[in-house]
Amino acid sequence: MSDIDTGSQEAGDRGKTLESGMPSSEIKFIQGNEVCVEAALYAGLDFFAGYPITPSTEIAEHLSARLPQAGKTFIQMEDEIASICAIIGASLTGHKVMTATSGPGFSLMQEALGYAVMTEIPSVIVNVQRGGPSTGLPTHASQGDVNQARWGTHGDHAIITLTASNHQDVFSITVDAFNLAETYRTPVILLFDEVVGHMREKVIIPAPGQLPLVERLRTSVREGIDYHPYLPREDGRLPMSDFGGVHRYNVTGLVHDMWGFPSGNPQVVQGLLRHLVDKINNNAREIARYKTYFTEDADCMLVSYGSSARSALHVVMNRRQRGEKLGLLELQTLWPFPAHVVRDVCARAEYVVVVEMNMGQVLEQVKLAVDKAQKVFLANRIDGVFINPTDIRNILRLIQGKGV
Amino acid sequence: MSIKQFIRERFFPHMWCPGCGHGVVLNAMLRAVERLGLNKNDIVMVSGIGCSSRISGYVDFHTLHTIHGRALAFATGVKMSRPELNLIVPMGDGDALAIGGNHFIHAARRNIDMTAIVMNNRIYGMTGGQYSPLSGHGILATTAPYHNIDQGFDIVNLATAAGATFVARTTTYHVQQITDILCDAITHKGFSVVEIMSQCPTYFGRKNREGGAVEMMKLMKDRTTPIGSKAFQENPDLIQRGIFVKRDQPEYCSEYHKVIEKAMKGR
Repeated sequence: MSDIDTGSQEAGDRGKTLESGMPSSEIKFIQGNEVCVEAALYAGLDFFAGYPITPSTEIAEHLSARLPQAGKTFIQMEDEIASICAIIGASLTGHKVMTATSGPGFSLMQEALGYAVMTEIPSVIVNVQRGGPSTGLPTHASQGDVNQARWGTHGDHAIITLTASNHQDVFSITVDAFNLAETYRTPVILLFDEVVGHMREKVIIPAPGQLPLVERLRTSVREGIDYHPYLPREDGRLPMSDFGGVHRYNVTGLVHDMWGFPSGNPQVVQGLLRHLVDKINNNAREIARYKTYFTEDADCMLVSYGSSARSALHVVMNRRQRGEKLGLLELQTLWPFPAHVVRDVCARAEYVVVVEMNMGQVLEQVKLAVDKAQKVFLANRIDGVFINPTDIRNILRLIQGKGV
Repeated sequence: MSIKQFIRERFFPHMWCPGCGHGVVLNAMLRAVERLGLNKNDIVMVSGIGCSSRISGYVDFHTLHTIHGRALAFATGVKMSRPELNLIVPMGDGDALAIGGNHFIHAARRNIDMTAIVMNNRIYGMTGGQYSPLSGHGILATTAPYHNIDQGFDIVNLATAAGATFVARTTTYHVQQITDILCDAITHKGFSVVEIMSQCPTYFGRKNREGGAVEMMKLMKDRTTPIGSKAFQENPDLIQRGIFVKRDQPEYCSEYHKVIEKAMKGR
């Protein structure tokens, strides 16, 4: 499949292609939620706090067994609010942390998510999506939380949100989430869905060292010398000092100066907000993860992500055999939205069809990214049923003027 | 040795109103830290939102000023990831027991080793004087212009029932007792709750015609009595102060360590 290219390779610093059969890698046949657990442990997860909620609970269950085996910490908190608060506290002491939830729990986490954004605390928040709003469809497929991941917490901010459609990618993107959280000192949201979370599929657990890991950037300021927790270096990164270590400083969700002390100085306010947004949005190209399938000569470009992309890929492969020029752009970074990728990949397509299980949350972003918004269509399902290739083909027929 | 070594002088003057009881708590708490001879690097203070929670900005420890009601949840993450640290969690009455009530009872139930200080002034001060779950029936507040019909919590009873293994109460009038109790609470291995009744002359005092700071402190002197005192036998309406609960029970981080040992042995 020479036409298949992963955008990540363009980015340059991603993991090498996995070679099956490597002596120390391991093949497993497990649920997506378990893959997320394996990847988090691979990335160096030290601390997990969570609360049971379908369809993410298996992540907590497996970690409750695995973390203490490695001398690390699992705690089941009294709710999702407490869970995200606990991981933020644990991250401050110098640990890699994660929590996992689904829609209702993710809603509860939004205030503390903003706190992690404001205080720049590396953390990974997994949302295995269910149908919403409210209790919605706990055991059904949906991708309705894309915009919540972007704008769920209040105030201007930037956020990183990643997703994946198959277990091998769930593994690598989960490792990536930890790496990006450390690189940009930010919470990173892993937006999986019920299909990926509960499906069993083969996955190769890479050998240690096969995927690059980013460790925390710690300050080189010595004990007794003033350490400024919120004074960015020239490259915009802020070295951290572990809570409980030799530098004592203040962390607050209030707008703060370089000391971490509350400030209402307009210059400080503007500077902090710009920093929080720019450190992520100015690196949108570095953060963009995506895959392309037969996109070079495609007349019809499907754009999809998560489990929906599995059906979209099936349609593309199937139609290519019949000579139809279909292509697929599979997004793995949802936020910051990789508009430059969408614009470039979709430039030559006559029409673009966004395949997703919501009422058009990524559709709107694609419309904004391409030259002609009129050429962008939506192929979706919102009834809790996994969108299948026939659903997509039926909508393609309509777009092509062939009727149902 | 001066307790000045424990404060961040450049962040003074503090933002509390004249006559506020919270400064007394700050002072007495620092004296406890001094008396115990704790290393500043070993203390993490975690606070939530409200007047009381601003206390963390003024002390030269590791300080985490978090979101409303969740201080104990953040503190749980810090403590579980670094069990050797001393955790002090100052909260207001609304912060600890309205929005944070769930975290309060669950931290108590786990018996995780930290010291929760509830600075109880029976009002939301930062937002301008609304009634709290500690205001009590009949009190006037900006959201109870006729009178408050909510019954108040009894922090001591609540903490005891929830499983806290150290429970005490005192007031800002009894400054030396604050320091004594806090020394005991910080040294206690387990979840300690210290209620410190504090005055808010700006809102509670004015609304309820209790006078200024001095009058309010005198009221706290007159309305409280040592646990089981003769005065209490004669007048059960008095509020008792002192240490109500001090008992040994396995501490949460130690218990988790046993889980690690079991897991590492392959169960």
